[in-house]
Amino acid sequence: MTKIKTQYNRRSFLKVSAAAGGGMLIGFSWLTGCITDSKSEMVAVPKEWFEINGYIKIGDTGMVTIYSPNPEIGQNVRTSMPMIVAEELDVDWKNVVVEQAPLNTGFYQNQFAGGSLSIKLSWNALRMAGATGRRMLLEAAAKEWGISVSDLNVNQGVIKEKNGERSITYGEIASKAVGIEIPEEVELKEIKDFNLIGTSVKNVDGKKIITGKSLFGLDFKREGMQIAMIQHPPAFGMKVKDFNEEEIKKMPGVKDAFIIDIAIPEPSWSDEKGFLQLIAIVGESTWQLMKAKKAIKANWDIVSELENSEMHRNTMNEALVSGKVQASRTDGDPEGAFKLAAKVIERTYSSPFLAHNTMEPMNFFANVTEDSAELIGPTQTPEALEGSVAKLLNMPIENITVNMTRMGGGFGRRLYVHFGLEAATISKKIGAPVKLVYTREDDMSQGTYRPAYLSSYKAGLDENNNLIAFSVRGTGLPESSIFLDRFPAGTVDNYFAADISGNTNITTGAWRAPRSHFTAGAEQSFLDEVAELAGKDPIDFRLELFDRVIKKPVGEKNDYEAERYAGVLKLVKEKSKWGNNRTGVYRGVAAYFCHDSYVAEVVDIVMDNGLPKVKKVWCAVDCGIVVNRDAAVNMVQGGVIDGIGHAMYSQLTFNNGEVNETNFDKYQLIRHSQAPENIEVFFVENEIAPTGLGEPMLPPVVGALANALYKATGTRYYNQPFTSFKPIDG
Amino acid sequence: MPKYNLNINSKIHSVDVDNDTPLLWVLRDQLDLVGTKYGCGIGQCGACTVHFDGAAVRSCLLPVSSIGNTKITTIEGLSVEGDHPVQKAWLEHDVPQCGYCQSGQIMNAVALLKNNPNPSDEEIDNGMNGNICRCGTYIRIKQAIKTASKH
Repeated sequence: MTKIKTQYNRRSFLKVSAAAGGGMLIGFSWLTGCITDSKSEMVAVPKEWFEINGYIKIGDTGMVTIYSPNPEIGQNVRTSMPMIVAEELDVDWKNVVVEQAPLNTGFYQNQFAGGSLSIKLSWNALRMAGATGRRMLLEAAAKEWGISVSDLNVNQGVIKEKNGERSITYGEIASKAVGIEIPEEVELKEIKDFNLIGTSVKNVDGKKIITGKSLFGLDFKREGMQIAMIQHPPAFGMKVKDFNEEEIKKMPGVKDAFIIDIAIPEPSWSDEKGFLQLIAIVGESTWQLMKAKKAIKANWDIVSELENSEMHRNTMNEALVSGKVQASRTDGDPEGAFKLAAKVIERTYSSPFLAHNTMEPMNFFANVTEDSAELIGPTQTPEALEGSVAKLLNMPIENITVNMTRMGGGFGRRLYVHFGLEAATISKKIGAPVKLVYTREDDMSQGTYRPAYLSSYKAGLDENNNLIAFSVRGTGLPESSIFLDRFPAGTVDNYFAADISGNTNITTGAWRAPRSHFTAGAEQSFLDEVAELAGKDPIDFRLELFDRVIKKPVGEKNDYEAERYAGVLKLVKEKSKWGNNRTGVYRGVAAYFCHDSYVAEVVDIVMDNGLPKVKKVWCAVDCGIVVNRDAAVNMVQGGVIDGIGHAMYSQLTFNNGEVNETNFDKYQLIRHSQAPENIEVFFVENEIAPTGLGEPMLPPVVGALANALYKATGTRYYNQPFTSFKPIDG
Repeated sequence: MPKYNLNINSKIHSVDVDNDTPLLWVLRDQLDLVGTKYGCGIGQCGACTVHFDGAAVRSCLLPVSSIGNTKITTIEGLSVEGDHPVQKAWLEHDVPQCGYCQSGQIMNAVALLKNNPNPSDEEIDNGMNGNICRCGTYIRIKQAIKTASKH
């Protein structure tokens, strides 16, 4: 048994209990069984509940409520986080119900959904919560029977005397466990003794989703609530001056119309940097507001340059050759080595701005009074939202509550909090609860995009086709794409990485696997071309490099573990039967490390009516312990499709500061017919604590896809989107 | 505002709304049937799919004035207990990730299977191409449609 010090004291538990109860006030009934299609197997709904700690509540019938602390964006943490608690608590999953915890910085830690960090950062805390609960229940039973905890066994919520006949259920002893002192140290299960973690458990919200229950922020309603819409400037570089306020106010269904300002002192990374002043209109009917929004006639001041896509390309091209590129890592003598090289290859890669396009557009509910603010809705960063609302309203943080709804997608978009601030500003102004709703066009043209990138790679081979020099120069708008210490750094004696940031007034933000989604595609297609130049198989070529770094790493710091990196490549090689070439199937491979996880992928392409089609993808993933197996497979499959779709089809372009693509008729997202027939996912089995999984499957598929496309078409693909077919009509 | 009596999920609902109001907003704002989702408002994403006399239509483009007595079915009316074969297949394959597009996907799939009880892969692709899933659950959707087609 692993012993672990708890970080709790009774005060913090009590504090969260009160707040967690408050979570139910938000108007959703979260109470449904986890086993969504066999409710009858579940124990009865309790008459009385007992708070064991801030994560666990046990009912007198043995039903267990587990609070899921983090935001749910589709990564399935509302199922997997409670699974970890249930494992250590040792209860039958079919008796577990899950509730969303509210933001409570005094008790929970890391209540955000970003960086593929939910499970990684909460792994210990969740295990500890479950183990603490188990220990308290055991102590209560031991006390009841006048024996020692060591005389007891527990299995699936039933405590038994080791040398005796007595047994008692968690439901029966829960009332007594409430009075037990919080243990200072608890024992965690051995990994090998897990019987829930590592299995496949169905999504706890599955039944609600397929029956259309109110779950999402956009579904939220409150008595007396108004609906609000905003209009931001039509172009980056513009600011609202005035608008036909009186005319709009007279339109049917419009209760009010005004300009809001969401600027706050000392804004953080998650605060809006572009459109701080917006036109807001308020009413009771979404449709009437949509009509009123179309009737807005505004005057816009031009406050900075109105940019276009051609300028963006030129800015990045010039930046790379400007001489202002900053050398960030140099190993050996790259310049000298390139001079000595028998073969040198240099290639340049680019990717465009992208929108996140969560299917549920941005929205938020706010109810601001003189001395309180209540916020409910889809946010990946409730704590950042709370902090910014406090600054906006000049109100103590204690007076602000944030509750999280299930989110219709995140992908990084909901790490940014402006929509919450907009809702709060409008609610304050009208003195009523309000739900702010974005149209798709608002959502797609607001900004916070994935940055645009441009990188140039260069490699030198000696006469024996060994890689002796490697360099990468990267830029982007507004940030460079370079990771200094990632592969192939460490594998090559003479290495050079340099970068430069670009200026733009287009606002950007984190987009699923930030920077990695571009870098992996560029670097991994470049290495494919280098391997080809060296006359080597692309997997053997990479394994050779990993061998080098295992034997003698170059440089002071390399981010990755070469054995695990090579491990996923070997696994995908075996599973995909790499090397068994089949007629008409064109294959590409890539591997990448990000979010502390390793993923290698093989893409199989066939030609379909003269056009390349991805038929199958093979994924080997090392993310440590897998919590919920089938859900993890689902997420990897989805991320691979996401990566293929954006690399193949999607882009945002600009003209005079305006986005050209503002809805799905012009902005192409991958659709059913473009998805692979199958994606096989293989996990490396180990006992390493879980690392990221929501993002690391996406970057490598971009490279594997480019490499397979080359095999299929004879053309190398350097610029995303790789193909831009006409959108398919809906 | 004109008054409309709408036959939704086998019940008559009376609503007072502008005559150009799309059914989507009648369902969501007036009738509290929020299972039908707003995604794009221009019939490109399929999140708002409902049945119009059994056929899949995009409710974001369907003005309330054009409905008349036609029977409308939404995700809430597809089955009493969420036990329509397509819904059951969705649970069996644990299809949803974020879940937002899934009621539209299900409504579209039900209409597809009604017209073609045993669709090929290509027919599923063609029939479902108007429904976007941003999380990329397409493979499981196809599997679930095939499972449902056996019932």
